[in-house]
This record gives sequence, C-alpha cells and structure tokens, in this order.
Amino acid sequence: MRERVIRWVLLLMALGVLVTLGLIAFFIFQSGAGLIVRVGLGDFLGGTVWAPTADPPQFGILPMIIGSIWLTAGALVIGVPLGIAVAVFQVELAPAWLSAILRPTIQLLAGIPSVIYGFIGLTLLAPLVRSTLGGPGLSILTGAIVLGVMILPSVIAVSEDALRAVPASIRDGAYALGATHWQMISGVLLPTARSGIVAGVILGMGRALGETMAVIMMVGNALTLPLSPLESATTLTSNIALELAYASGAHREALFATGVVLFCMIMLLNAVATMLVRQRAFSRRTTS
Amino acid sequence: MAYSQQTARGDYAVQRVAFGCIWVAAIVTIAVLVLIIGVILGRGLPSVSWEFLVGSPQDMGRAGGIFSTIVGTVVVGVLALLIAAPLGVGTAIYLTEYTVESRLTRAVRFGTESLAGVPSIIFGLFGFIFFVTYLGLGWSVLAGSLTLALMVLPTIIRVAEESIRTVPRGYRDVSYSLGATRWQMVTTAVLPSALPGIVTGIILAFGRAVSETAVVIFTAGTALNLPTSLLAPTRTMAVHFYILAVEGISLPNAYATGAVLILTILLINVGANALLHRLTRQRTRR
Repeated sequence: MRERVIRWVLLLMALGVLVTLGLIAFFIFQSGAGLIVRVGLGDFLGGTVWAPTADPPQFGILPMIIGSIWLTAGALVIGVPLGIAVAVFQVELAPAWLSAILRPTIQLLAGIPSVIYGFIGLTLLAPLVRSTLGGPGLSILTGAIVLGVMILPSVIAVSEDALRAVPASIRDGAYALGATHWQMISGVLLPTARSGIVAGVILGMGRALGETMAVIMMVGNALTLPLSPLESATTLTSNIALELAYASGAHREALFATGVVLFCMIMLLNAVATMLVRQRAFSRRTTS
Repeated sequence: MAYSQQTARGDYAVQRVAFGCIWVAAIVTIAVLVLIIGVILGRGLPSVSWEFLVGSPQDMGRAGGIFSTIVGTVVVGVLALLIAAPLGVGTAIYLTEYTVESRLTRAVRFGTESLAGVPSIIFGLFGFIFFVTYLGLGWSVLAGSLTLALMVLPTIIRVAEESIRTVPRGYRDVSYSLGATRWQMVTTAVLPSALPGIVTGIILAFGRAVSETAVVIFTAGTALNLPTSLLAPTRTMAVHFYILAVEGISLPNAYATGAVLILTILLINVGANALLHRLTRQRTRR
C-alpha cells in the first residue's frame, strides 16, 4: 500500500517537468498569440517599425529578429571554432596538468553570471571596439564576441562527449593506414563525431539566441535595422526585458507575442539537437 | 614513390600548425576566464569591506552596503532549491528505480531537455504572468523562488539521475536480499551512496539561481529594503549589480558588488568540486 502511494507520488513529480513546460507554453501563448492574430503574422514578423505606444501603435519585430540573427551568427563564428578546438584539445592533446586546469575553467565560464559578462563587454570591449574599429562601440560585434565566449561551455561539453564516444578501433584504423595524429583527428575523429558536435553547436545557438541581460548591456539597444556588425542593434530577448517593466495593454501583449516567437524558435532548436543526440546514441548501439 | 619523405614532412608541418592553433584556443579560453575574474576582483575587492557586506544600501546603492541584496539572494536561492530539490530528486528516482524505458520516460526526458533549453527571459515572462499576476503573488520572494525553482529543475534532475545510475547494481541486490521493499532499498542503499553527487548538483543549481537576473527582476522585483515576508519584494545581488551598472548609479559599487558575486560563484564551484572529488575517491577505494 505504502509502496503504491510512493510510486504515484514519484510519478506525479516526474510529470512536473511536462506540466511546467505545458504551463509555460500555455501562458505565453495565451498572453501573446492574440496580438499576433490581430496584427497578422506577416506584419508582426516582417514589420520594420516597433512603435508600441504610438497612435496607432505599430508592432513590427523584424529589427529584433535581424538583430538576434546577427548576434547569434556572430557568437557561433567566435564560439564554435574555439569550442571545438578546446574539445579536441581536451580529448587528444592536453597534458594531464593542463586538462586539470581547463576542466574547472570551463565549468567556471559556465557559472559566471551573464550580467558579469555583459559588464565586461560594456566596460572593456565596447571602448576597445569603438577606438579601434569605430562606430558606437555598443554593437553587434561587441555582443557577438562576448556571447561567443558565453556559449563555449555548451559547445565544449557536448563536442567533448561526442569525441570521446568515437570507438578506439576507428582511430586505430586511421593510424594503421599511416595517418598522422592530425590526419586522424581531421579525417576520422571529427567526421565520426559530427552529429554530436552539431548538437553542441545547436545548443550553443539556443544559448546565444536566448541570452538577455548581457545582450542588453552590450548591443546599444537601437531599434533600427542593423546593416553592419559595428552598428547598434536590439534583439528579441533584450526588447522584452527592457520594456516589460512598464508595458501595459497591447504593448505588453506584443512583448509576450515576441516571447511566443522566441519560444517557438528555441523549441525547434532543442528538438533538432535532441534528435541528433538520440540518433547518435542509436547508431552507436546498432553498430557496436 | 607514392608516399615520399617530402609529403610526410609536409603532413607533419600541417600537423604542427593545426596543433599550434588548438593550443592557442585552449590558452585563450583560460586567459579569458583569468581576465574576467581578474578585472572584476582587481577593481572591486578594494572597495569590499565588512561595512559594505553588512551595511544597508543608501541612496539607491550609491552609498552604503549590499546587506539586503545578500539576504535577498540567499532567501530566494535557498527557497528555490527547497522547492526544486525534492521535485528533481523524486523525478530522478522515478526515472531510474521505478520504471523501465517507455514512452513516458522518453517524454519526461524530452521535457527535461527542453526545459533546460528554455531561455531565462521566457521563464521571466512566465513567472511574471503566472505567479506574479495570475496567482496574485505580486513581485515577491515567493514568486521569484517558484520561477527559479522551475528553471533549475532540469539541472537537478540530470545530475541526480546520473549519480543514482552510478550506484553499483550490487547495492540494490543486497538490499532486496535482506527483504527491503523498493522504497526501503532506495532510501537506505541508493540515496546515501548517490548523495554527494546529488548535493553537488544542488550546489551548482544554487549557483545558477544566484547568477540569474532576467527571471528574478520580473518575479521578485527590485525593492532595496530587507524582505520581511515571503510575499515581500526583494532584490538579489545580480539584479543589484545590473541596476548599478546599467543605470550608471555607481561604478565603484558595481565593481564591488560584482566582486562579491564572483567570489560567491567561485566558492560554490570549489565546494561542488571538492564534494565530487571526495565522491570519486570514495568510489575508487571501495
């Protein structure tokens, strides 16, 4: 009897995750989807003017979408090569002592609050960008560099797992054919671990797309269509955070509608990443 | 002459360049961390004093200390974990001990992964509309903790599941052979052995709660006075730091608050690692 109760309680707890996800989706959609319908999906996603308090108000989030895409792409350009290189280093090259330093380093990089990252971008990097490359300094470039560092831990962790999962026999085969260490890494190890690495990149992409406070501090929050990485921009996330505190009525709805768009993008990325990881686990199980 | 000595030399030259780049990447990664911590601690620590830690903030944080924000951080963080830890560990126990791989476990796992990927601003929006507005909790310690609890839940589930899975099969068999029920087996054999790992996960989750800004600012508010009840608004250190920096209230105090924040995170990570280290040592000794 007691066992049966415990089993049910634990089951309910396990369902809590799904309930939470459902509640989040429901309340965000309920608070924002109406506005998307009223404005029209095309005008909402494709409109270039965001003037929520004007008369009549205009709700176009294209500048934020473009800003988010610029920043996320920039973060990937910086973070992915660096992340994969560090993952390869950890698995193939690192002497034990250096590996022992790198592991907590990566853990700490993941633990540092995003506001600290944003602050470093704001006080150190932005002035540097302004004085060397011109522009306002608080720009896409500044944000992308810092975001690139912020996504490193996700990219490294997942890539490292993928690299370590490559069977020794495959490496030995490459060596037996006379490959150098680097030829083995570039020709065999990385291609074999590809889907896992891609999953890591997608997770990093989600991180970059969803980052908020650091981005607010670094990108200048300009509601214009950014044309170069040296310009200021705003993103889906930062616009929500900046305006939610004082928004009301249709304005608030529009912010939740922005949340709906963000939520859909993130869920799509998550689904793809999960699928890739699962596929890998599956193919490993069937081949070994 | 299919593979001459010359091409071999070329291959090794390529390898040297490639490995050089990889070494640079690794060193850059370490350097970035050192730079961030060095700058914040270097510029912030000189202004951190006992008075700063236990003094009340005055004039929006331009003067005085950060005591109320430390209290806010601890209260919100601890309460979030009191909610999330039982829920997360319970989920992990269910997934590992009470069921076999099925459509349900796959759904729960997918839910956990998805929840882990949901950006904090979405949690902020949700907490604001659900806990603050719909349930009428207002900007409060309770609303902040509840939202944070949901945010750190995936971390706790994952770590707890991993540590429970590393408990040797034999522990369970011995427990059963002594006539234990499943729950007795879980509480006397599995959990004690998995505890250090679980605690590590909880400590790391606390770190995430401490560093969070976007969620807390919209659910717990930004009030600078000491929270007097669970329904009172509060301001955490990370939010305080953000407001000081972005609104240009006081750069020196922003650095000092940042230094305290970084030290807290360092302490949390060192603590978690020490625990994990002890766990692996115990395991290898057995």
